[in-house]
Amino acid sequence: MRVIRIANPGAAEATCRDSDGVVPRLDLPLARREFLKGSGVLMGTLAAGSVLAALAPSTAWAVELKALSTTEGEALMKMGRALYPHKKLADAVYALLAKDLDGKASGDAASAKLIKDGVAALNTAAGGNFAKAPAKKQAAIVKAIEGQPFFNTVRGQCITSLYDNDMAYATFGYPGSAWEKGGYITRGFQDLKWLPAPPLDASPKPYI
Amino acid sequence: MAKFAQTDDSVVVIIGSGAGGGTLANELCQKGIKVVVLEAGAMQSQASFINDEWKSFGQLAWLDPRTTSGTWRVAKDFAGLPAWICKTVGGSTTHWAGASLRLQAHEFKARSTYGEIKGTSLQDWPLTLAELEPWYARAEDKMGVTRTNGIPGLPGNNNFKVMHAGAKKLGYKEVHTGRMAINSQPRDDRGRCMQLGFCFQGCKSGAKWSTLYTELPKAEKTGNMDLRPESHVTRIEHNEAGKVTGVVYFDKDGKEQRQKARAVAVAGNSIETPRLLLLSASAKFKDGLANSSGQVGRNYMRHMTGSVYAAFKNPVHMYRGTTMAGIIQDEAAHDTKRGFAGGYEMETLSLGVPFMAAFLDPGAWGEDFAWWMDHYTNMAGMWLVGEDMPRETNRVTLNDKVKDKWGNAAPNVHFDDHDNDIAMRSHAFAQGEKVYKAAGAVRTYRTPPYPSTHNLGTCRMGSDAKTSVCNSFGQTHDVANLFISDGSQFTTGGAENPTLTIVTLAIRQADYIAKQMSARTI
Repeated sequence: MRVIRIANPGAAEATCRDSDGVVPRLDLPLARREFLKGSGVLMGTLAAGSVLAALAPSTAWAVELKALSTTEGEALMKMGRALYPHKKLADAVYALLAKDLDGKASGDAASAKLIKDGVAALNTAAGGNFAKAPAKKQAAIVKAIEGQPFFNTVRGQCITSLYDNDMAYATFGYPGSAWEKGGYITRGFQDLKWLPAPPLDASPKPYI
Repeated sequence: MAKFAQTDDSVVVIIGSGAGGGTLANELCQKGIKVVVLEAGAMQSQASFINDEWKSFGQLAWLDPRTTSGTWRVAKDFAGLPAWICKTVGGSTTHWAGASLRLQAHEFKARSTYGEIKGTSLQDWPLTLAELEPWYARAEDKMGVTRTNGIPGLPGNNNFKVMHAGAKKLGYKEVHTGRMAINSQPRDDRGRCMQLGFCFQGCKSGAKWSTLYTELPKAEKTGNMDLRPESHVTRIEHNEAGKVTGVVYFDKDGKEQRQKARAVAVAGNSIETPRLLLLSASAKFKDGLANSSGQVGRNYMRHMTGSVYAAFKNPVHMYRGTTMAGIIQDEAAHDTKRGFAGGYEMETLSLGVPFMAAFLDPGAWGEDFAWWMDHYTNMAGMWLVGEDMPRETNRVTLNDKVKDKWGNAAPNVHFDDHDNDIAMRSHAFAQGEKVYKAAGAVRTYRTPPYPSTHNLGTCRMGSDAKTSVCNSFGQTHDVANLFISDGSQFTTGGAENPTLTIVTLAIRQADYIAKQMSARTI
C-alpha cells in the first residue's frame, strides 16, 4: 500500500464517468495523524490551479516513512527529480518514490544500508545537504554516481514509482483503463484532424 | 469437460494451449481424437483480464527464471526476461497483437533466394507457399482475419492516421489497417473491436482471436478434450523402442503426476519447447529427446525488431484503439540494394505511460528522457519487424546454475545479432524516422528491441534429419510419435508476425496426426 488516504475513501474508487464528465478523486498520499508514527514524514502542498489540485480532495499531502528519516526521504525525492526532471510532475509523485524506497529499506537490512549510505554520500558530495543544493549541482552529483548499485536501485525504482500511478497518468495525459468507458470506438480513436484522413480502402469506416 | 485417466495411453498429450497447442487440440478433437492439454499457466477470462500494463504483465507473463547471454541489447536491459510471452491458458494468443500475414513465397526458400550468408545456418523450408496456401486459407477463416474471406479491414486510429500520412508522402504504396485477427464486425459469436487500446493485456472484448475463448471451448464441446491448467510438464518419457509413452508434470498443488500418451505434441513456445526436450535426456537419448542432429535449441530467432516513436506539435493520443492499427508493407520484399537480405514490416504500436517509461530506452534518464514522457500525448509509434538470420550459436541451453521451483535447470537464451540483422535494423530505423518526419514530426526516437515476442526456430523442420529436428509436419525425425507444434518448427523466420503460420501448421499437423493414427503408424 503506497498511499495513505485522508478522506472520501468511497469517492476515491470512482472512475471517470463519460455521461456527466465527473472526474474521479485520485489516490493522493494524504496525511492522517494516527498514521504518522514512522521515523520520517514527507509533506507538501499541490500547486493551486494544477491538474492534480483540481482532482484531489485536499491540496495537502503527506507520506509516512518507516525506515528512512525525513531528510533521507527529501534527498531521495530530489534525486528522483534530478533523474527524471518533470516540471509538471508534482512533488507528491516524487514522494511516492521515497515511499517505495522506504518500503525496500524496511524489507531488508542490505537495502536499508545501500539506500542510507547512498543518501549519505549524496549529502557529502553536496557539502552537507543534497536536498537543498541547486538543481544543477544535484544533477551533476547524480551523474557522477551513474551505474553504481545505489544509483541503479533508485533509477530502477523511479520507473514504476514515478510513472505508474494516477497522478502521473493525469499529468502526462494518459487515461489508463478504457474498458469501463466502452473503449474508444465512440470516444475519439480517430479524432485527429491535423492530417488528411486515409482513404476508405486503407481505413474502412467503423462498424457501430 | 472430459476427464481421461492418467493411465489412458490412447490420448494425445499436448503441452501448451497457445496458437500451436490450442489449435492442434481443437483440430484433433473435431476429428474425434482424445486429447489431454497440459497448460503451465492458470485460467483467465475476458472478465479477469486487466486494463493495466504492469498488473496484466504480472497476470499473464511467463516469469519463471530465465537467463540471457550474448551481445544482444535485451541481455543487458532485461537480463532475466529474454522474452515477453505468456504463462496462461491460451498462451501468448492472449497477448499477441493480432497481425496475421502469410509468409512470402521466397521466404520458404531463404537459402536458395539469399544464397550463402556467412555466419548463418540458412536453409530452405521442406514446404512451399503453394503447399501451405489451402491451410493458410483455413487458418484465416478460423481466426477471422480482416481483408480475407470478405471481412472488412479495421478502422484506423489516430496512430495509423499519422503513419498513413507520412508513408504516402514518402511514396509508400502498401499502407492500410492490416490483416488482423481482430473482428472488425461481429463474427464467430464474438463482438467487434471496441478500440480499447489494451490488445497486449488480454482482449477484454474478445474481438481479438485467442485460443482461450475460440479453439479451447470448441474443443471442450466435443467431449474429447481434458484441459488441465497449472500443469507444468518437466519431462517426456519414452520406452526402450524409443517411442514416447507419456509425460511427468506438476499440478497446481505441486504434486508430481504422470500422464500416459499415444503421442505427445510440444507447444511451449521456442524457449520452453527445446528446454523440455533437453530436460528429457535419458540413457538412450543422452543429448535430449529428438536431438540426434544436435539442433534442439539452436537457430533461435527472435525477428529483427526495433521501434520508432515520434513527437508532433499536435496531439495524437496513440493509446486510443487497436495497438497494431496499421502497416506499411513496401519494405517486406527481398531487395539486396538496401544492403541486406530479407525484408521487414512497419506496424503501428503504442504503449501506455507505464510501459513507455520502461521500454522507450531502458536505463535512460535525464532531461531528454523526461522530454519524451512530457510529450506522451503528442507521440506516434511504430514497431519494425523483419527476418533475422538463423545461427547455430544463437541458442537455448540449460543453465544448471539457476533452477526453477521444480528444481530443473532454467533456460539460457544466447543471442548475437548477425550483421544482416544490424544492417536491416539500421535501414528500418531510418525509414521509420522518414515516415514520421514526412508527417511533420518535431523529433523522432530509435527505441531498442523489447524482450522477444516472436521466438522461433529452436526445433526447426527440414528435409535432412542430420540438420533439422522435425519434418514438415512437425514430426520429430528421431521419435515418430513426438511432435513439435509451435514456432520452434520454423526453418527461417520470414518478415511476418508468426502466429498465422503457427496456426496454419497446427491445422495441417492435426490432419497428418489423424491419418498416422488411422494408419496405425503412430
